[in-house]
Amino acid sequence: MKSIFFHLMPYRDLPVDFEQRYESIWVTPPNTELCDPRRVAQYYQWNLDELELADALGFDGVGVNEHHQNGYGFMASPNLMAASLARRTPNNSAIMVLGNTLALYAPATRVAEEFAMLDVLSNGRLAAGFPVGTSMDVNFCYGVTPTETRPRFREAEELITRAWTEPGPFTFNGRYNQLRYVNPWPQPLQQPHPPVWLAGGGSVETWELAAAKNYTYSYLSFFGAKFGKKLMDGFWSTMDELGIDRNPFRAGFAQQICVSETDERAEQEYLEHVTYFFNKCLHIPPYFFEAPGYRTRKSTEFAIKTNQPGAIAAAAALEKNWKTLVEEGFIIAGSPSTVADRLIEVARTLRVGNLHALLQIGSMPHELTKKNITLFAEEVIPRIRHIWDDEGWTHEWWPSGAAVRAVTAEPAAQV
Amino acid sequence: MTVTGAHTEEREVRVGPLTARVLVGGTGEPLLFLHGAAGLMWDPFLDGLAASHTVYAVHHPGSGEGEDLSHLPGIWELVLFYDELLDALGLDRVTVVGHSFGGMVAAELAANSPRRVDRLVLLAPIGLWLDEHPIPDIAGMPPTELPALVLADPTGPLARAMEVPADDPQAQFEAAMRMASILHFIWPIPDKGLDRRIHRVSAPTLLVWGEQDRLVDPAYGPAFVGHLRDARLVTVPDAGHLPHLENPAPVAEAVHGFLDTKES
Repeated sequence: MKSIFFHLMPYRDLPVDFEQRYESIWVTPPNTELCDPRRVAQYYQWNLDELELADALGFDGVGVNEHHQNGYGFMASPNLMAASLARRTPNNSAIMVLGNTLALYAPATRVAEEFAMLDVLSNGRLAAGFPVGTSMDVNFCYGVTPTETRPRFREAEELITRAWTEPGPFTFNGRYNQLRYVNPWPQPLQQPHPPVWLAGGGSVETWELAAAKNYTYSYLSFFGAKFGKKLMDGFWSTMDELGIDRNPFRAGFAQQICVSETDERAEQEYLEHVTYFFNKCLHIPPYFFEAPGYRTRKSTEFAIKTNQPGAIAAAAALEKNWKTLVEEGFIIAGSPSTVADRLIEVARTLRVGNLHALLQIGSMPHELTKKNITLFAEEVIPRIRHIWDDEGWTHEWWPSGAAVRAVTAEPAAQV
Repeated sequence: MTVTGAHTEEREVRVGPLTARVLVGGTGEPLLFLHGAAGLMWDPFLDGLAASHTVYAVHHPGSGEGEDLSHLPGIWELVLFYDELLDALGLDRVTVVGHSFGGMVAAELAANSPRRVDRLVLLAPIGLWLDEHPIPDIAGMPPTELPALVLADPTGPLARAMEVPADDPQAQFEAAMRMASILHFIWPIPDKGLDRRIHRVSAPTLLVWGEQDRLVDPAYGPAFVGHLRDARLVTVPDAGHLPHLENPAPVAEAVHGFLDTKES
């Protein structure tokens, strides 16, 4: 299994009574009141140091993503972070940009250009994430009409992949992108183009796209494997129906992870920061989650059939104490062997070959984050790296320029 | 749906690639009614109109199973849809009555086809934007706050009629799809350029506003009047954004008075 250190870049010092005083962590948290650029200057340094540490310690990839007006992830441009990482990851981790929210960009050739730049800059280490994007980002922050979210995404996906693979210049006559001359300089280094990683929360249409275009799919949620089981079962049964193989590297999932010397110590060290995340960073009112028209009829019917609204409401209503968080699988926490055992179980249950390890959670300070990353790299990765080896699958979606850490080698550099 | 005893029929009318669903009732000169975001019901207000007109009340397209909205990417195509629907119904000139979003569409239609519209009634229309009176984002708030925005009396029977059961995800979804088909044309701000076109409206126009309209502030009344060639504004007490339902008598009196003067 590939381990990617995925950084959300949260605000680590929200007020104690944030969730009582403010409507939402996303879209409307008032910036001048809550977001001090001097603190952010420090966070960005820590965030990049943490990602660079993960590269040095032998993670397979380092991951960033795009959100807007969001207190748990103020990485409006993940490409800026990825550009910095491309120059400062000597151990050649994959650079996972998961991703650029395609529907926001018209012309979407901007994404084709920036991803191509990153691919060239990193010597072919880019994984190009194509998320549909949340309703918060797409509809509320960027003003895209909810019913246009998916049509814009699909058109951009077509335009970008054509811009990467067809000789330019060519003409593209779309509904949202009309370009007489598509001819980006440069095209990407990886051939035919950087691997496309879809990321989503369980839309049926996204799975069908993954199958049709042979893209890998990552299920990104903060509610763990127990919650994700129905979704990933849906993903795999869609693959079965469409005659696609069960290569586990087609799929990934995100998991919050806390590693310490012992299970008890993990609770002492991490509880405060994890509850900060669940109470403050997920403080989002339901009406922002899904503007009317954001979700299609088909996906909503699947959501209703699998009781997603009920399950989300139930998850949100749970008291976020350590026992609940661990038992529900919202976090995987404890000693390295506890964490590794749980991850193996979860990966096999969901049948996923890519782990987006969320190791900086909520208010977690820099030193503790480094400890979490280090213990994970040194004690957990060696135990989970080879879990799919016996099935003999090839990872067709790994960036061709990234290091392949098939054997657990000594890290190239120590920090 | 009919909530009165009036005789109405539902017709399905082919309009290009779409099928329009039209409730027809009453006798007299033709009148096109365009509903707001709450959806179409044959209510006492329509009954009143049907006493003196043949009322054609059209379900706004796009909330059903099909791909209607992909044929209607914007307000321009929606206006042409109605123009073509009038042809399909064999109606050359009509009175047009629109409420809220339907008022915006009615004004757009009258601006696009001024020779087709001989009278225009706009009940609390959207379509203009005043920075000093921003129209709240109805998608960006809890549904429970809506009654207080749109009703003078947020605890009355109209408020209960607006409720969608929270424990019925299918009903919630159908309501969301209806809302989506409206938001499709007005996201993120219900100003799609009507102020550049409204001067083309030639029909005498009646504007009706509820004094306690907290969704579309009554200040929009004079703004509409200022753009129109021949307009009068009636403000109704004890009513919010649904004046024709919340305080029907003065609205009916104003509307019927306005429409009856045509013959004189």
